[in-house]
Amino acid sequence: MPPIKRTKFKLAPEQLLEMFYWLKLIRAFDERLSILVKQGQVRSGVYTGIGQEAIIVGTCFGLRKEDFICPLHRDLGSFLMKGVEARVMMSQMFAKTTGLSKGRDSALHSGVTELGIFGNTSMLGANLPIAAGLGYTFKMEKVDNVVVAYFGEGASNTGDFHEALNFAGVQQLPIVFICENNQYAYSVPLEKSMAIDDVAIRAEGYGFDGVAINGNDVLAVYQASLGAIARARAGDGPTLIECKTYRWHGHSEHDKAFYRTDEELAMWKSRDPIPTFTTYLRARHVLDDDKQKAIEERITTTIDDAVEFALNAPDPAPEDAVTDLYA
Amino acid sequence: MSKELSYLEAIREALAEEMRRDPKVFVLGEDVGPYGGAFGVTQGLYDEFGEMRVVDTPISESAIIGVSIGAALRGYRPVAEMQFADFISCGFDQIVNQAATLRYRYGGRASVPIVVRAPSGGNVGGGLYHSQNPEAWFIHRPGLKVVAPSTAWDAKGLLKAAIRDDNPVVFLEHKYLYRRAKGPVPEGDEIVPIGVAATRREGADATLLTYGAMVTPSLEAADRLAKEGVEVEVIDLRTLMPFDKAAIFASLDKTNRVLVVHEDVKTLGLGAELSAVIMEEKFDALDAPVLRVTYPDTHAPFSHVLEAFNLPNTDKITAALRTLVAY
Ligand SMILES: Cc1ncc(C[n+]2csc(CCOP(=O)(O)OP(=O)(O)O)c2C)c(N)n1
Repeated sequence: MPPIKRTKFKLAPEQLLEMFYWLKLIRAFDERLSILVKQGQVRSGVYTGIGQEAIIVGTCFGLRKEDFICPLHRDLGSFLMKGVEARVMMSQMFAKTTGLSKGRDSALHSGVTELGIFGNTSMLGANLPIAAGLGYTFKMEKVDNVVVAYFGEGASNTGDFHEALNFAGVQQLPIVFICENNQYAYSVPLEKSMAIDDVAIRAEGYGFDGVAINGNDVLAVYQASLGAIARARAGDGPTLIECKTYRWHGHSEHDKAFYRTDEELAMWKSRDPIPTFTTYLRARHVLDDDKQKAIEERITTTIDDAVEFALNAPDPAPEDAVTDLYA
Repeated sequence: MSKELSYLEAIREALAEEMRRDPKVFVLGEDVGPYGGAFGVTQGLYDEFGEMRVVDTPISESAIIGVSIGAALRGYRPVAEMQFADFISCGFDQIVNQAATLRYRYGGRASVPIVVRAPSGGNVGGGLYHSQNPEAWFIHRPGLKVVAPSTAWDAKGLLKAAIRDDNPVVFLEHKYLYRRAKGPVPEGDEIVPIGVAATRREGADATLLTYGAMVTPSLEAADRLAKEGVEVEVIDLRTLMPFDKAAIFASLDKTNRVLVVHEDVKTLGLGAELSAVIMEEKFDALDAPVLRVTYPDTHAPFSHVLEAFNLPNTDKITAALRTLVAY
């Protein structure tokens, strides 16, 4: 089996620009949410993934509509990339009828089966056994679709994580497990919650490969996931990719994150995935001022429109509190 | 001697005093260490007692409770914190199959003196997984005690009692009350015994049984009825298992009418059991059927509009009291 870190790939300029667009859109969406929380317009349930965008863009970019994603609580961008409109995601955060939950729940606690999106609950790690179930059906049907399942390094300490990876390993399921290792689980740093440096090595205990990569390099993430996805599609079983990254904001928008130092944050901000990629694109003459401006304007319009739409969307009818309980 | 504390501070004080009194008491849970817990309950404990007795755990609810049980078997008195009561389900097996049954299967030769603290309840815009009221699951499991204080005074006194109790105690802290409920708290070592209800308001026309965050709206409803010349006796159960049958029956003998109010859902909530016990043992004392005001049988939605529809409140309780006394 080829080492997945070195999978060959070639992206056309339009594809590179599309990646750039997604990175910027996802960043801008979360930044707007953060402001909306401060303004009291969005009540709670906001866990931004600012600083971690390269993981979502790099892993979702090579997916088909039929492939499934099982995102974690910071992965709003993966919903957008899988085809949910910005208006719908914004409505979700505003608890409006036009959101995926129709006001029942916030954040990413809802999914769209037709678009290959499984929505987790708050229960960390609980998405992973379900990812295995989704993958098992692909195996039964002998189709070459894959499941990409996300979890934090903190969630890799749950029983569900271990049960899911074991099942996936035994069954050789077409799953790519993506660990978004942002160094902290809420206030608890990695070294206080596990006695290993790399979550990636956990894969070995379940009989498949795990690799640790730079999660702030969108092309590195893309390359590794391309390799892992190819393996999964070929029936060669799961892979774990640990993406080292950092969350810039607090755990939630209420958390002041005093458990880490300003220096540490500044160090990671200097590894911001977006400028790194921008420099790369400009050096290759894929991106120039005009193109960047056009993309940025498109993003601002999209987000302004989404907020406007969500603000004006109707609240649910009170009686809807007791519907949709049974099929 | 007493002083004014919030419900949250009262819990913290009980923990600190018990840890000072008994070196066998220690706390464990997610982010309880330097961070002081998601709600700040354990703030200061890490500095005073150190990392061996204030243990930041990985995200592993089953392990948090299992470790507590193991330590309890060796004479320790662990106090486990669930970050939210909603996540108690991730440690469910350890509570219901290990802790609850141990004494029984050991032929009474051992016990499991653990406390599982769990911030429960809604009305904080938390949505499906940050609002739950799981008391009935544990009331239903023989071998467990379940406590749910409504005042700062009781929060302190009952937590002390729970820590000293030789049985596993599920200690439900209502998050709505954490900073909103303030009141006198005894200085020093005063205990509120488990299994004893408190009469919050006397009255001869109807008995209202409630607990937790429902005590305040119940008292408000009773005040409204008083203006109509109806005196309602409001009993705060405080302990849900074993509930104070003697206090309930004594009040019923006086009033002949009972309303149960709880935030938990209706079907097989504590109200169902109280109603059945009263019907079986005190049928002759009843002038009206036992009525209930509860959450409907549904989940806790995120939208304010939906949550308000579900939550019992002063208006709903007032209406039920009027029906009860008119019967
Ligand atoms: C089973 C469970 N326990 C506790 C929590 C509370 N909680 C929410 S996020 C979080 C930290 C998660 O850390 P990690 O998995 O590393 O993801 P990150 O938030 O860092 O992206 C905790 C403890 C939860 N959601 N689920």
